[in-house]
Amino acid sequence: MLHPLSPRSKSNAAHPLLRTLFAALVVALCLCATAATDPAARFNDLGHRMMCTCGCSQVLLECNHVGCTVSGGMRNELSQQIASGQNDSLILQSFVQEYGATVLAAPTLHGLDLLAWIMPFAVSLLALGGTIYLVRHWARQQPATAPLRTPEEARAFEAMRERIRRETQEDIQP
Amino acid sequence: MAAFGSFALLIALILAVYNLFAGGVGLRLQAVGGGASRIAPERLLETARRAGIAGFVAVTAAAFALVWSVFHNDFSLEYIVEHSNIALPTAYKFAALWSGQEGSLLLWCWLLATYGFVLRLTDSEDKRLHAYAGTILAGVQVFFLVLVNFVAMPFSLVRGGVAPPDGNGLNPLLQYPEMVIHPPMLYLGYVGFTVPFAFALGALMMRYPGEKWIHITRRWTMFTWMFLTIGIFLGMHWAYAVLGWGGYWGWDPVENASLMPWLTGTAFLHSVMMQEKRGMMKSWNVWLIFSTFMLSILGTLLTRGGLVSSVHAFAQSSIGTWFVVFLGIILAVCAFTYILQRDHLKSEYQIESLVSRESSFLFNNLVLLAACFTILWGTLYPVLSEYVDGTKKTVSGAYYSHVMVPIGVFLLLLTGVGPLLAWRSSSLKSIRRNFLWPTIAFWIALLACVLGGARVWGDEGVFYAAVTWSLGAAVATAILSEFFRGASVLHRQTGKNLAASAILLTRRNTRRYGGYIVHLGVVLIFLGFAGYAFNRSAEKEMPPGSSISVGPYTLVNIGNTEDSNANYDTEFSQLDVYQHGKKILDRPMAPEKRVYLVNGQPQTIVANHSTLLWDLYVVYEGKNPNTGMPIIKVFLNPLVSWIWIGLAVTVFGTLLALVPTLQLARVTVPAVVAPDASALEGHATAGGD
Repeated sequence: MLHPLSPRSKSNAAHPLLRTLFAALVVALCLCATAATDPAARFNDLGHRMMCTCGCSQVLLECNHVGCTVSGGMRNELSQQIASGQNDSLILQSFVQEYGATVLAAPTLHGLDLLAWIMPFAVSLLALGGTIYLVRHWARQQPATAPLRTPEEARAFEAMRERIRRETQEDIQP
Repeated sequence: MAAFGSFALLIALILAVYNLFAGGVGLRLQAVGGGASRIAPERLLETARRAGIAGFVAVTAAAFALVWSVFHNDFSLEYIVEHSNIALPTAYKFAALWSGQEGSLLLWCWLLATYGFVLRLTDSEDKRLHAYAGTILAGVQVFFLVLVNFVAMPFSLVRGGVAPPDGNGLNPLLQYPEMVIHPPMLYLGYVGFTVPFAFALGALMMRYPGEKWIHITRRWTMFTWMFLTIGIFLGMHWAYAVLGWGGYWGWDPVENASLMPWLTGTAFLHSVMMQEKRGMMKSWNVWLIFSTFMLSILGTLLTRGGLVSSVHAFAQSSIGTWFVVFLGIILAVCAFTYILQRDHLKSEYQIESLVSRESSFLFNNLVLLAACFTILWGTLYPVLSEYVDGTKKTVSGAYYSHVMVPIGVFLLLLTGVGPLLAWRSSSLKSIRRNFLWPTIAFWIALLACVLGGARVWGDEGVFYAAVTWSLGAAVATAILSEFFRGASVLHRQTGKNLAASAILLTRRNTRRYGGYIVHLGVVLIFLGFAGYAFNRSAEKEMPPGSSISVGPYTLVNIGNTEDSNANYDTEFSQLDVYQHGKKILDRPMAPEKRVYLVNGQPQTIVANHSTLLWDLYVVYEGKNPNTGMPIIKVFLNPLVSWIWIGLAVTVFGTLLALVPTLQLARVTVPAVVAPDASALEGHATAGGD
């Protein structure tokens, strides 16, 4: 996996940033799209990608309200659809049609919803790139160390260095 | 008591308004040199200060009146009817104060008045800066007092004027011991951020010379940050113990609202060091503390204004417009002051190298703000999607676990890297020296995870858990090696043993080593969080005599019982716990489901057997309506205890960092100079005159 902080940018900062952004998106999309295969795992996976619609705002498989009349029915429906051999995407679509878009626990990877996934990574990477650029800009702006002009200045500088060394040792700043 | 409370609140409002205007006029006169005016600015400011102190007394009287009314079952007050009842246990009567909109706003006013009281009594440090801060605080207080006086009145009488014989009772979810301390802690944090905000804005308004205000602000921020941290974690523990879904953080808007100011507050506590040490990042720091305060107000707006729905917004209403206006005013005042005084915030130095302590603070800030933005974005996305395409979307833990975990892992990395870098610039040699052992610890821990059977490449959660533990090992090694290095030097200097040297070292620089202990606490917390990837659970209908197994444990149902008292009906199962065929608990675990008589609302009481390795967490889910038998769900949650241990370590570290550093005594020894005979003679002659 390409780490967002990989020190690739030597000459041009824009291309590595774009590459990193793209890689992060691919990783994010792959992670989101990971699908289980056996029915129990699929039930667990899909059950955690949907919300109970009783108003408890809990994930379907985590709704534990006494006498919740909704989650039991939804779980049965999910089991039946998995048993009938439908794929994950169709199952989720059928639930959206029946219960509305709020049944999905997270935004999808289509249309406006894609923005929900992209924004955090895009903003983070832009800020990261901006910060690196800014720090490098500041570092370039630093004036070269001026030579000490007089012997008095040199002596004062040495005295200061000695004082700093002594005081930092007292404070145990290794 | 209703009349007394209402009157006290009105008096408090008048005093706060006076404090604001007298303070404002006094400061203005002082600024323009108004010595010739009829009233001396100093006297005006003193009256403003005293009005603030008297305001504290008035708000305290109002809060007392509400508590008194709860304890005396005064059902002539609508608030008491809605949030209490006769059978409510005494401890929870206190909780009624913050269980509803009106009461929690009164609590906000009271805490703000208390902070203001302390601030005004300790103004000897810098009278003028305290006068500015006190006046700004009064401005905030006026807003909240207007709310409790005219919008959300805690002392309004029941409609029709006839008091009912009993109240509707407290929300069952709040009837839990932690709920008596969690909200006050959280509010101490939220409200507390008003103080550093007031100092920062005041210092900017008066163009405060030097960095002293930063020291004062930092102390207040650490103090309130600690309370907010405790409040957030108590909330997590409450959710874990009461909601019964096996987790402690659900990314609910209310939870998110508390985390956002915590993140910016944490960023401020780090970046402020750059200002103290090197005079850098002044504008950034001012805006961080402004943002922290504004986010605490925004959080209140989000959860109370009905903008986003929350599973535990206990006090939602249409009060949001007031908060929008207030937030707008704050933003305008901050922006105007900043634009006017921005030349005062020019940095004295700039970052010199990408590999330096300053850079690590900057990246730390970046990650914390990225986390804050992500949470805000996720919280507001349902509103945005509804506005754009007319469909309200859900953004739950499934979303946050994908976007927040990488950010959290990166933050953990920076927790370890930052302290190992030197100020200004780090040499390659020092980097090699400082990073050697943490890097070795990282790879050993990762290898141990892989050899221990963690399917690092097969499962996203396991991958992040392994990386988190490995980074945790690296960060802990880095911190402990810092202690070891410092203690070794002291050991050589003083001859004390290493443990005593480490204690002395910490006392000599409490801020630095207290900070390291906080980082150690964070590592422990992340250790616990990562355990979530390995949670296991089983669910079963359990007639007496049946058993259920999860991990190494087998639970056998020895009986189902029902009981009742004046407050609630309860039903629970008693389960003996066996590990490898041996009974491990003397008393059976008893997960419980209560139904409160006064309002018919249910509540889960989880039975939890906690060890350092994992929690055996048992939930009574209710009875199967067809068979009448209880359904029991058992979770095995690894490493959860480390989250609470990590909190204790973090709080300890914060307290330590607040303790003044041990000052080394400097003994001045007079130099022994050989007497100069001629000088002595001269002196004797002079004395003779």
